Formats: sequence, C-alpha cells, structure tokens
Amino acid sequence: MSIDLSQFYEVFFEESFEGLDAMEAELLNLVPGEEDSETINTIFRAAHSIKGGSGTFGFNSVADFTHVLETLLDQIREGSRDLTAEHVNLLLKSVDCLRALLRALQAEQQPDLTEADELRIKFEEILGMRAASKVAEPVQEPLSENSINTFQIDFKPHHHLFKTGNEPLYMISELAELGDLETQAFQDAVPDITDLAPEDCFLSWRFFLTTEKDQSCIEEIFEWVEDDADITITLCGGLFGDEVAVSAAPSTQVETDNKNEKAATKPDAEVKKVSAVKSTTTNTESTSIRVGIDKVDSLINMVGELVITQAMLTQLGEQEITEATIASLQEGLAQLAHNTRDLQESVMRIRMLPISFVFSRFPRLVRDISQKLDKQVELKLLGEQTELDKTVMEKISDPMVHLVRNSLDHGLETVDKRVAAGKNPVGTVTLNAFHQGGNIVIEIMDDGQGLNTTKIREKAIKNGLISEADDLSDNEVNELIFLPGFSTADQVSDLSGRGVGMDVVRRNIEALSGSVEVSSAPGVGSTFTIRLPLTLAILDGQLVRVAEHTYIIPLISIIESLQIDITKVSRVGKDLDVLRLRDEYIPILRLYSIFNHQGAIETLDKTLLVVVESDNQKIGLLVDDLLSQQQVVIKSLEANYQKVDGVSGATILGDGRVSLIVDISGLIKLSGLRKPGSQELIIESKANLEAS
Amino acid sequence: MIAAHDDLHNKLNIEQDQDVKQFLTFFMAEEEYGVDILTVQEIRSWEEITVIPNSPDFVKGVINLRGTIVPIVDLRLRFGIPAIEYGPLTVVIVLKVELENASKIMGIVVDAVSDVYSIAEHEAKAVPHLSDSDNAQYVAGLVNVGEKMVALLDLQKTMDI
Amino acid sequence: MKRILAVDDSASMRQMVGFTLKKAGFEVTEAKDGSEALNIAKQQGFDAVISDVNMPVMDGITLIRELRSLPNYKFTPLLMLTTESGLDKKSEGKAAGATGWIVKPFNPEQLLAVLKKVIR
Repeated sequence: MSIDLSQFYEVFFEESFEGLDAMEAELLNLVPGEEDSETINTIFRAAHSIKGGSGTFGFNSVADFTHVLETLLDQIREGSRDLTAEHVNLLLKSVDCLRALLRALQAEQQPDLTEADELRIKFEEILGMRAASKVAEPVQEPLSENSINTFQIDFKPHHHLFKTGNEPLYMISELAELGDLETQAFQDAVPDITDLAPEDCFLSWRFFLTTEKDQSCIEEIFEWVEDDADITITLCGGLFGDEVAVSAAPSTQVETDNKNEKAATKPDAEVKKVSAVKSTTTNTESTSIRVGIDKVDSLINMVGELVITQAMLTQLGEQEITEATIASLQEGLAQLAHNTRDLQESVMRIRMLPISFVFSRFPRLVRDISQKLDKQVELKLLGEQTELDKTVMEKISDPMVHLVRNSLDHGLETVDKRVAAGKNPVGTVTLNAFHQGGNIVIEIMDDGQGLNTTKIREKAIKNGLISEADDLSDNEVNELIFLPGFSTADQVSDLSGRGVGMDVVRRNIEALSGSVEVSSAPGVGSTFTIRLPLTLAILDGQLVRVAEHTYIIPLISIIESLQIDITKVSRVGKDLDVLRLRDEYIPILRLYSIFNHQGAIETLDKTLLVVVESDNQKIGLLVDDLLSQQQVVIKSLEANYQKVDGVSGATILGDGRVSLIVDISGLIKLSGLRKPGSQELIIESKANLEAS
Repeated sequence: MIAAHDDLHNKLNIEQDQDVKQFLTFFMAEEEYGVDILTVQEIRSWEEITVIPNSPDFVKGVINLRGTIVPIVDLRLRFGIPAIEYGPLTVVIVLKVELENASKIMGIVVDAVSDVYSIAEHEAKAVPHLSDSDNAQYVAGLVNVGEKMVALLDLQKTMDI
Repeated sequence: MKRILAVDDSASMRQMVGFTLKKAGFEVTEAKDGSEALNIAKQQGFDAVISDVNMPVMDGITLIRELRSLPNYKFTPLLMLTTESGLDKKSEGKAAGATGWIVKPFNPEQLLAVLKKVIR
C-alpha cells in the first residue's frame, strides 16, 4: 500500500505555523529565572510536534534544525539546564528561521539553510555537542551478504507478558515471515490446572529460523519484550554444526547495498514532492480556515429552518390558489427572506476571525524594535476578540506593522527625553479594535511627542506639496504625511525604510475599501485610526443609472448626492467642469463619457451628481438617476475575463442581471484628472479659480 | 464500471482510437467551425448582457451563469466578419478555455450550432496561409467531413483577448 | 473490523496515522490528547491504542498508565509514538504498561509493519 503523504502537508504547515505562533507568544512571556514549567512545556511541545511532523513528512532540513532546539528545551524542561536570556533570544530567532523554512517548503521552494545552520551551530555550542558533531548511527550490518543462516532462538516469556499487551503468537508469525521456521513449544512450566493463573504466560519456545535476513531483524521482533522475557539468539554453524554465539556488538562495517536501501526508505519530500503536490500556488495566504463548532451548529440550524420554510412553500404551491393561500404564501416568502438573510450572515461569520490573530504578532515586534531603539515601551492590546474577515485580516497586517513601527520610531521619545518632559519613562503603544456600524475600527495610539506640525509644514513646502501662502489647519498639515514621498525622519532609519511611506499605508488600506486618518497633540501623542469594512465579500452599494446601464457605487465612498446648481459650475481648462460646493471645488466626472456610453443625459442641470471621496480627494460623478441602495455580493471579473479600468468587480442583481461596481480611484486615474500619486491638478485648479 | 463505459462507446460506434475526438460544430457566415466537445460547458440562447465599458467591440459584455460572471465574445467580430442581427438561431456556446495560466469560462456568440462529429486529429490538415485573412491564426486545422470542410478552432488563440 | 484509537495532538500526524490505518482496514477513532482519549476509551472498546507521548492536558505515558489499570485494557496493545531522542521514554513507557513503541519519524508502511506485531 502506498500512501501519498503530500495530502497531509497543508495541515502540517498550518499546525506548524500555529505552533510557532504559540512558541513565540510563550517565549515573549518568559522571564529567565522565573519561568513556569507549563510555559516551557508548551514551547517544548510545539518544537517537538514540528520535529515529529517534519521528519515524518520528509522535511528533513526542518527536522534536523528542530532537533537541537528540542534537545535544549528538553534539558530546560527537565531542570538540567537553566534558561538564560540568550536562550530566549536564540529561540525567538529560531522561530523566525523555522517560519521562513516552512514558508519556503510550503511554496515548494528550496529553503535557504544559511541562517538555520548558523543558529544550529550556536545551539550545538550551548549543548556542548560541537566536538562530537554528528554521531554516526551504528548501522547494523548483515553477517555476510546474501548468505543463508540458521538461528536458534530461545524465547521464554515472563509470566506477566500478556499484561504488556504483547502476543507471542503474532511474534511467531512475524518470525515465520522472515524465512523457514521450526517451532518447539515447552509446556513443562505450565502448572496444574488448580494452580494455573489464567492471565499468566507459562509457555516457552525454541525456534530454528533459516533466513537470509540478519540477526537485527530477529532482534527487532523481540525488541518490545526484551525486559519481559529471556531471549537468546544463537547462530547455528550451518554445515559444521558448530554453535557460534553472536554478540550484540556490531560486526565489522561492510559497505553494502542494504545501507542504501535503508536511506532510500526515508521519505525525502524535499527532493521529490514537487511532482506530488496538486496546486502550484506560491503565495502564503492560507487556503483553509478553522471554524468554531458553534458557528457550524448555527449554520446547520438555519439550514434546518430554511428547509422547513421551503417545505411549507412547496405545500402551498401544490394547493389551489385562493385569497387565503396568497396570504400564507406571502408570509412564507417573508419567512424565506428572513431565513436567507440569517443564513447569509452566518455564512459570512465563518470567514470572521478575532483580530487577535493580527495583534499577536505585535508583542514580538515591539520587543525587538524597542530593544533596537533603546526605548522602553509597553504594548497594550484592547478588543482582541473583535472579529474581522479573514482576507481583510491578512491584508491589514502589513500596514499596521508599518504604523506601529512608525509610532515606536518617530512617536515615542527616548527614556531621557520622556523623563525630561516629566512623562513616565516607559512609553505606551495601544492597539484597540472595535466595531462601529458595518465597519471595524483599529486604533494605533502612542503617548509620544505627537506629530511635529511645523516640521511637516516645512517639509511639505520644500517638497512643493503646498506653498508658503497656504493657510492650513494643524489637521490639514497632519494629513500631508499621507502624500507620496513624505518622510519627516531626520535620517532614514532602517526601521521606517526609504520609499515605503505613509502614502503606501494609505493606499493599501484604501485598496481594502478602508480609510486611515491621524489625530495628534504635541507632547501628548498620536492616534492613527483605520476604518475597514467587515468583509470584502459584501458591499453596501448605491445603484445608479447611466444611459441604460446600471452601475454600483460603494456607499462608503459616497458623501452626498445632489442636483447641480449650474450657476456654481465653472469650466477649468478645456473640458473640466468644477462645481463650487460650499467652500470646496468638486471636479465633475461624466460617467457616460469615461465609460463611452451613448444616450445618457448630458445637460448638467438635468442629471444628478454623486459626490464621492477617494484618496482623500472629492469628485462628483455625473449619473442619470439614483436607483435603490442594496447590499451586493462582490464577484470577480478577473476570474473569467480581465481587470477593467474604473471597475472593481461585478455583482448579480435581484433580477439575475450583472451589474458592475465602480472603482472610484480607478476612475480618477482613467479620467486623467490627475497623475497617479499626485494632487497637483486639483490644487492648481483651486488656485486658478480663486484667482479668477 | 469499465464494462459499462465500453458498452457506451460501442453503442455510440466510436472508434477506440485515442486520436479520435468529438467536435461540436457551428456555423458562422456559411462556414462551419468546430470546437472540442469536452471544452463545451453548455449552449444557451442569446440573452440580455451587461456591457463592459471600454472593451474591444468583439467583447459583447458579461452574463450571469449561475452566479459566475462570464464574458461573451462575438466570434464574427473577433474574426472581422461583418456583424449580423441576432436571431432565434443565434446561440452562445459556453466554453472552458485553458489559457496560459488559468482556465476560464467564456462564451462565444455564433450564427447557429450544427452537429457533432468524431474526427481523428491526424486527419486535420494545416491551414493554408491565405493572404486575405488574418483568421488563419485562430484555426488549428481543417478537416473534411463528407463533402464539407470544417475549421477546427484553436481556442487558446481565439479566446486570448 | 478491528478498532484502533489514535492519539496525537498534532493534526497532521493524527490524520496520517488515521488515514493509513483506515486504508489498511482498521476502524479508527482519533483523539487529540490523553484526557480525551481516556474518556473515549472508557466508553468504547478498542483492539489497540497508538498514542503520542508529548501532549497537552494529559501526556501519553499517563494515558497508558491509566488505560492499563482499566480491566478492559489489561491485555490491549498500547503503543507509543516516540522520537529517537526519547530513549528513556521507552523504559518509562514500558513501566507504565506500554506494549511497545514506534519511533518517529516513520512512514505509513513502517507503521503497518510494526503494528503487525500486536494486532492482525
């Protein structure tokens, strides 16, 4: 029977990553000298499981590396070695290293072993294993190649053998499989029936086994009962009849094929698994999801109700239609709508995971960075149980890391500065998550020095983002940090990095249909607030009509919808109309023109303007009519077609028709209203208008 | 299982030859074209469609195929053949196309479906390069079925839009 | 059909062991730690138990000791999965009443071969 081990790889990777997360979390809790045994045990078990699994599934590089880790942990666990801060640091590095190894293997790439080897040497030094290096496994060699020998085996089980769960009969069968077996049973030890203890073993045996296998195969059969029986194995001298006792010591080492065979039976998935794995996805976003049993139960309940409603409707459908049946039919349909909505909510809940999955990576991050920056930081996590869609969660992690790094790097002061300012020398970074309406809000707060508006303003002027004359409020100045290429760090540290600025953070968050804003008070601290939709699978949409086409505008982007007062419209440049709305100038984008549709209303005062905001910029979309608002399920256009500019996806409306969802920031690019990543045109037009 | 399968084959009188494939054929501007029947998901009548803005003219738009968004290509326009008004015979053949890095479900609009033929692939002849047509690139080979000639489509090229 | 209880806190190992045994014609029940296994074992009978050693809540050695003390498991083969570094675990296991051990890593074929010593 051959079993394809690759079917277990994904589960192995997933549980290993979970194990590493647990290891990391526990390691961060450890204080050398006051560690408790359960924490060490948990860490040990995680390493142990990864080692066992990787060995079994043939990921030998991981197994070898985990082995030294496990050995050290075992010693600490047994109390034969004290845990030091160095151990914790090394172990934390190993967690990262293992993660990288496993990710590479998961993506079917050859893992880079440089770091693992370096770390292994360090562990081996600690363990004092360096000198001995690799202890060669004593390989049991056959007596002589392909020769046939006869062994005499005396097997006298102790009385208690059955109580170990062993069964002599099966062992004899195993022996018989090795070659020609002659069996003699001795019953002389069996007591009189009146004295016979029924659960004890009184029989003993002598076997003559003629086999080409070597002695180790025989020893293996009796391996488990060595201490529960008297066993002697002697090699009979064949033709000469001399009895030669075979000692347990390994015989002279002879290089034989047998050894190679032994090596070959070890599965080495790292070499050959490429052919065995079904899908060739190389991304590391996991493809499976763990669902709490309560969620599954609630789903089953809802499906149960749905089935009942359906049965009721079927029954009604079979009856003759009367006034009464129409009433109950309507009732049934209302019930069906109710069931469907509940079911939809429950199904969506399956994808929801507590944000602690993201939060959990921050204790480590904060610890590492604060060490590097020599700052004292306390991390507070609030609202860890707040649930969020798995896909959103996977994508929000990186922007959050960036914001937290930013807070540690630029926000929090050094201990000296804090003391001088009369603040607690230990700075605080707080991550807080909560639900608000259909959104999840994530706050990243620090009690540092706050944003330096003077500095930001100077920088913005220097970079030509604003002019000297611009009179901006502090908030407006703070917003400038989200513009491309903006960085206020005096020098570019390796933490904030060059090039990856707040603009990228904002763009990534907006790609998730979310928003990010900052509020700050000098000397008190800053708060970054991220708002995200709970799920990417469903969207609240405003249906609009353009000529005979129906489009959907995400409700979250819409600020207001209005009829255009043409007296407030001015033309800028060749063909851009701008509406003066209160104290703002809103460029008007004609959807029909961008999308090249014929037959739409072109006169401004007969149409409607939907004012939307994206990339911190307001624009007005010209549509023929506003239709209903509804929740829509987002479908991919790219799955079977391709990316369409100005469209983020599609959905299916109640009547079965397909409707396209408008991508606001894509539209802005498509309209040529501004070059990607620049606000120039808008500001310029504003200046022009004010001058005129 | 295997026996039943063989039976079925015998009943359909299909040669056991590995080389033989079944092709669904359809008409377009009096010409007959064929696609491997295994790629055909279903045949539908023409229905109302959602236009995709700024797409090439031969992409008519997208339809909802039981919850999946499927693009529809007018094969006449794709091949540069003058369009005709869609009529009751106009059909949409929904195909599963294996493109370079993905398999996609796409539909083609054709004048009418014709027949299903068993064709041995080695019977197909290469397409002569006709100077007046760029469409030779979309055709994998030509075969004679009785008196008629059928152009077997190279779906990968045809649907790589 | 012979029934085997497979105990391991690692889902992948559990699945691998379970899958292998099922393919070999055994009926398999899985448990994720010693305590869960003990509860299951008390309610149903098994022809053999294969258990990992290092597990949360209740480890494999304790499980074996508990099982061996139950009248129904007096003669039942109780095997432990252990790593080569756990040599002293073997004697600890034997003392607790284990029938034998299977050394990790092992592949499905090795598992079935070893199992033949105690259950057929």
